Amino acid sequence: MLELRKVTKAFGETIAVNNVSLRFEPGQMVGIIGRSGAGKSTLLRLINRLASSGSGDIVFEGTNVTTLSGKALREWRARCAMVFQQFNLVNRLDVLTNVLIGRIGYLGTLPVMFKHFSTVDRAAAALALDRLDLLPQALQRADTLSGGQQQRVAIARALLQNPKLILADEPIASLDPRNARLVMEALRTINLQDKITVITNLHTLDAARAYCDRIIGMAHGHVVFDGTPDQLTSAMIQQIYGDANETAVDESLTSTIAATGAEGPAGKRQLETAH
Amino acid sequence: MSTLTHTNGRLTSTTREERLLSFNARYRQQQFTRRNWTLLYGALFLAALSGSVAVSDFSIPGLIKGLPMAWNYIAGTLPTLTLENFWADLANWYWGLRFWLRLLVETILMGFVGTVLGGGVALLLCFPASRNLVENTGIYFAARRSLEFLRTVPELVFALIFVFAFGLGPFAGVLAIAVHTAGSLGKLFAEVNENVDPRPIEGVRAAGGNWPMLMRLGVVPQALPNYASYLLLRFEINVRGASALGIVGAGGIGQELYVAIRQFEYTDISAIMLLLIATTSIIDITCETIRHRLIGQDMQAGH
Repeated sequence: MLELRKVTKAFGETIAVNNVSLRFEPGQMVGIIGRSGAGKSTLLRLINRLASSGSGDIVFEGTNVTTLSGKALREWRARCAMVFQQFNLVNRLDVLTNVLIGRIGYLGTLPVMFKHFSTVDRAAAALALDRLDLLPQALQRADTLSGGQQQRVAIARALLQNPKLILADEPIASLDPRNARLVMEALRTINLQDKITVITNLHTLDAARAYCDRIIGMAHGHVVFDGTPDQLTSAMIQQIYGDANETAVDESLTSTIAATGAEGPAGKRQLETAH
Repeated sequence: MSTLTHTNGRLTSTTREERLLSFNARYRQQQFTRRNWTLLYGALFLAALSGSVAVSDFSIPGLIKGLPMAWNYIAGTLPTLTLENFWADLANWYWGLRFWLRLLVETILMGFVGTVLGGGVALLLCFPASRNLVENTGIYFAARRSLEFLRTVPELVFALIFVFAFGLGPFAGVLAIAVHTAGSLGKLFAEVNENVDPRPIEGVRAAGGNWPMLMRLGVVPQALPNYASYLLLRFEINVRGASALGIVGAGGIGQELYVAIRQFEYTDISAIMLLLIATTSIIDITCETIRHRLIGQDMQAGH
C-alpha cells in the first residue's frame, strides 16, 4: 500500500505539487488526468525519486521512501518500475539487453559493467518479451522498432524489475491510436494478472475511463477529483481542464484511443464511453 | 483595413498599420545591432592579426628571400637516380632500409601503445568531466582541470622529463604520448558525453542503476562510435608525434632523422622523410576510412 501524506514540491517559484495526500490500494489501476503543467509528472517522479524529495512523506508498506539513499533507494526504484512517454530505451543496444536493464537494481556493479546477466535473468527477459509479443525482435537494435513496440519493450523492462508498482508517465502520448490501445491493454493485463498496482498519467479522458478503476484529477498542483470513472461528470471535467474564460472541454477532441477496441477486460467500459 | 481584427479573435485594439510599423522598427533595430557587432569583431580580429605579425617578425620579403633556400635544402637531400642504374641507385639511397623499417615499426607501436594507454585514462576521466553526468561541481572541476594539465604541457616536454626519469628509449616516448593523449581525448570524450540523449540515462536510473551503471548502459552505448572515431584520429596524430620524440632521445625513427640532419647525411634525410610521409599517409587514409564508416553508417551491432 502506497500513501502520500501532504506532499509538496516546488521548483523555484513554481509549486508543481501542492499538499497532495493520496492512498493507493494494492492492485488498483489509477489514471491521473489534468492539463500539462498540472503536476502529474512531478507527482510520479516524486514517488520513484527521479525528482528530489520536497516536503511531506511518501510511505510504501511502512517505509518512508522520501529519505532513502544508496542501495535502499536503488532497490525502491527497482520495486516501482517506470514507463516513460519517450520510452527511454537505450537505442543502440538490442531489445534483449534493454529488457535485462530491468534487473540491474538487483545486481552488483561489476557484472553490469561487462553486461553479464545470468541464464535465469535472460530466460525471464525472453518470457517477458514473449508475453508482449516481441520475442522475434529480441535481438534487433531497439531503435529499429516502431514506437508502439518500443513502449512494449519498456513495459517488458518494467516487468523484469519484479515491481510492486508500475508508474507510467504519459505512456501513450507519443503513439498512434492502435498502438496506444495495445500499450494500455498490456498495462491493464499486467495489472489484473500480476496484481501489480499501476499509476498512469494520461492526457486523454477516454483512455482513463476505459482502462482505470479510479481516476484522479489534478489542477495547479492540487488533487481536484478522486473517484471512479462514473463519478467523473462534465462539471468535474470542466474543473480539471477548464479555464475561467474557456468553453467546455469537448471530450471527443482529447481522444487518442480508437473506439474500435471492445475486446478485453476494459471493453465494457470502453463501449460505454464511445460517442 | 482592420476589419480582420475582430474575426480572428485578436484581443489587442491596434490596427494592422501600427503593428507592422512596430515590427519594422524592431527589425531595423536588430539589423543595426548585428552590423555593429560584426564591425566590432572585425576590428578586433584585424588588431590581433597585425599585432601577431609585428611580434612574430613575419615579413613577406623575408618569406620570398628564404623560400628558395628552403627549397635548395630539400633539393640537396635528393639523391641522383640514373635510369640505366636505377635499382642500384635506389638500393644505395635506401642503404639502411632494414634498420629504418625496424625504427618505423617501433614508432608506430609507440603511437599505438600511447594511444591505448592514454585512451584508457581518458575513458575513466571523461565521465566526471561531463557537466551533465555529475551533480557535484567539485568533482567536475577537479576532473576538468586535471585533463587540462595533462594536455597543455607539450609532449616533447613530458618526453624530456620521462627520459630523465626512465632513461633513453621508447618507454619514455610512450609515456609522454599517453599523458598528452589522456588529456586531449578525455576532453573530447567528455564533450561527446555532454551531447548524449538524457532519456536512456533516466531509463537506467529508474530501473535502479547506480552511477557506474548509468555510465556503462546509458552513456557509453550512445557515445561509443564517437569515442572510436576520436581514438583513431588521435592514433594518426600520435604516430606523427612519435616520429618527432626521438629528437629528445625518447625512441622511434626521429632519433635517426635527427642524427642524419646533424651529420649532413643529405640523402638519408630524404630517404627517412619519404618513409615517414608514406607511412603516415597510409595510416591517415586507413583511419579516415574506418572513421567515416563508424560515424556515417553507424555500427550495426550494439555494444
